[in-house]
Amino acid sequence: MNLLYDDAEQALAESLKALLNDRCSWDKVLARTESEQTCDTDLWHSIAADLGLAGLLIPEYAGGAGASSREAATAAEALGAAVAPVPFLGSAVVATVCLLACRGPERAGDQEADHLLRRMAAGELTAALAVPFVTAPGGAFPVSIRVAGPQQGDQAAGWSRLRGTITGVADALAAQTLLVPADGVPPALYAVDMSTARVTRTPVTSLDMTRQLCDITLDDAPGVKVASGQEAARALTAALSAGAVILAAEQLGIAEHCLDLTVRYVKERHQFARPVGSFQAVKHRLADLWVEVAQARAASRYAADCLATDSPDAAVAVALAKACCSEVAVHAAQECVQLHGGIGFTWEHQAHLYLKRAKADSLGFGTADAHRAALAKLVNIPAP
Amino acid sequence: MLTEQELSDKVKALIDGHDLTRREEFLDARFDAGLAWVHFPEGLGGLGLPRTMQAIVEQALTAARAPDNKPDQLVIGLGMAAPTILGHGTEEQKQRWLRKLWTGREVWCQLFSEPGAGSDLAAIATRAVRDGDDWLVSGQKLWTSSAHHADWGLLLARTDPDVPKHAGLTYFAADMHAPGVEVRPLRQLTGEAEFNEEFLTQVRIPDAQRIGAVGAGWTVAMTTLMSERVSIGSSRAIPRDAGMIGPALRTWREKRELRTPGLHDKLLRLWADQEVARLAAERLRQQLAAGKPGPEGSAAKLVFARLNQDISGFEVELSGADGLRYDDWTMRRSEGANFFGRGPGFRYLRARGNSIEGGTSEVLRNIIAERVLGLPPEQRPDKDVPWKDVPR
Repeated sequence: MNLLYDDAEQALAESLKALLNDRCSWDKVLARTESEQTCDTDLWHSIAADLGLAGLLIPEYAGGAGASSREAATAAEALGAAVAPVPFLGSAVVATVCLLACRGPERAGDQEADHLLRRMAAGELTAALAVPFVTAPGGAFPVSIRVAGPQQGDQAAGWSRLRGTITGVADALAAQTLLVPADGVPPALYAVDMSTARVTRTPVTSLDMTRQLCDITLDDAPGVKVASGQEAARALTAALSAGAVILAAEQLGIAEHCLDLTVRYVKERHQFARPVGSFQAVKHRLADLWVEVAQARAASRYAADCLATDSPDAAVAVALAKACCSEVAVHAAQECVQLHGGIGFTWEHQAHLYLKRAKADSLGFGTADAHRAALAKLVNIPAP
Repeated sequence: MLTEQELSDKVKALIDGHDLTRREEFLDARFDAGLAWVHFPEGLGGLGLPRTMQAIVEQALTAARAPDNKPDQLVIGLGMAAPTILGHGTEEQKQRWLRKLWTGREVWCQLFSEPGAGSDLAAIATRAVRDGDDWLVSGQKLWTSSAHHADWGLLLARTDPDVPKHAGLTYFAADMHAPGVEVRPLRQLTGEAEFNEEFLTQVRIPDAQRIGAVGAGWTVAMTTLMSERVSIGSSRAIPRDAGMIGPALRTWREKRELRTPGLHDKLLRLWADQEVARLAAERLRQQLAAGKPGPEGSAAKLVFARLNQDISGFEVELSGADGLRYDDWTMRRSEGANFFGRGPGFRYLRARGNSIEGGTSEVLRNIIAERVLGLPPEQRPDKDVPWKDVPR
């Protein structure tokens, strides 16, 4: 196991940070949360196509970079540190891993999944997995969407008709293609083109408007089957596991940013004729937070490495990273607000963007509690 | 500088050329070959190689089942005395002490802490007064492991009370068998005595046993304490479920009747915390191995102290009525904290010391805040005041 960052990962992080410094300052992010278009599609295009992050996990023969979850995690740290409003997690990680798993190595070729992956790698297409953001890996196959009766011409087009509603989906507002798990015999995953009038997206007023959720209603929307049965279930679990690990890395980035910001502030801010950072009550809280961030980094790196190497310990690593990083990021953001004092409680300071992202992320792809419950089974700590 | 292959060849030649059943002879030969600690200079048991290359030596010798110097019994000597002597001792002192220290013929202990100087080590009051070619030392030291069978003590004493506290200290090697050295067991709240206290009454120490200049004791002591941290940081990888969580997990798995939902949640949190701490320690190890030590080392002690306390406290609670029993209050001498030969009550009580010994958690937080995060230092009103004028 390698828990460090290699040179290529560091180079990737540097170029991404440079771009974000230039294009994604927190005041721009804040302004965007109150605009019509909460996702920064221009920034996403630069990240996806110019930096090539959309194709990070996609094999080279399909136009991607053929990198692993280690690189994706490194990128997510930088994106989290900037609360960047881009669908990297939903499209370049969750939807991508889902399609890669649908394809199966033995069936690589000219099917729908490959077709979609090529367009995603090129940065032409953004996709999202249609599950509530709170879905943890390893649960039952979702049943909120079902297959409706066929319409004329469907068979020739290779379509199934999907009906139902999915609430609280992340990164779907900017997507053109939706991957929909639907109930049936057997249950299956479908790719749905969202430009049809039979798909309705309703934006949700979200706790975290830097990753705005939406509710999606399918009214006999046409979908192309990309996987079914066990294969679909495996693809869904792989996608949600990758989502949890990369989200944990994002949480690490959030926590690190909150710590840095707060440390800088308490050195400058004077009360009682001395820097507030000279009070032991403040110093000790920040020392503890720094320790937590160091712990979270180990958990996050381990999980990214386990997915990258197909480790037999991957399930444990996923649950551990998401449980740990969820709590550390929320704690860091809360400390950031508290130790900034009054200014940290205002709309005009960046702290609240991180607080909201951290809290929302702590529910995303399973709470710390849900992941600890998963650990109970994995490491033989049976419930009473 | 030797290549890895040349080093391996050297180890092989040592193994092939000596009788592995004659322990003392073999250890001497290993020292002479420079394979005791390869990062030490030639002639002093080393070869002037990077510390990381020691692993090659250890692996080959372990594979050949060569006798070792029982490093677990020489923790203070190897981890603290050796780097201090190497860094600050005279050529004569290095020759006199390092071989016997490494082969285990002479055991070392550390005479630093005093009743009036715990976290504030520079405030020590043990006095050393010059008397011809000697020094006469009087005072009280405590929290000393191995003092009752040590041959030498690393002694920090005050030689000049008229200057501020850090400037008036001098460092000595004290002969623990000298007249005036009295060692008594120091009984802990667990009932046993791992440590000692020493009463020093007009102990005569030759000036030739002074390490570093008169008044330079603080600098020398820092070498000792920093080396302690390095030796903790570079230890081997820990397996999952090792350490304090092990006995708690066993009890949980074996005694179904003790399980409750609340305890289940607590145990899962503790397991996860312990596992993350283990990974963080492994990450630190990888950083050191890659030659990129990070400041994360100072986090490890803080984390394990809290975990040991929380897990052992949990284990007592999990034990139900048995949690009210204690295995043995008899006053016994013990070598180091043997957490696992005893019951949960002992573990719980002994772990309370983990956030006090070797730097309290509060001092460690100050260190992290000031040295890692760059926050302003604590106010130190005694910093520029002659030691004798500091109120105490």
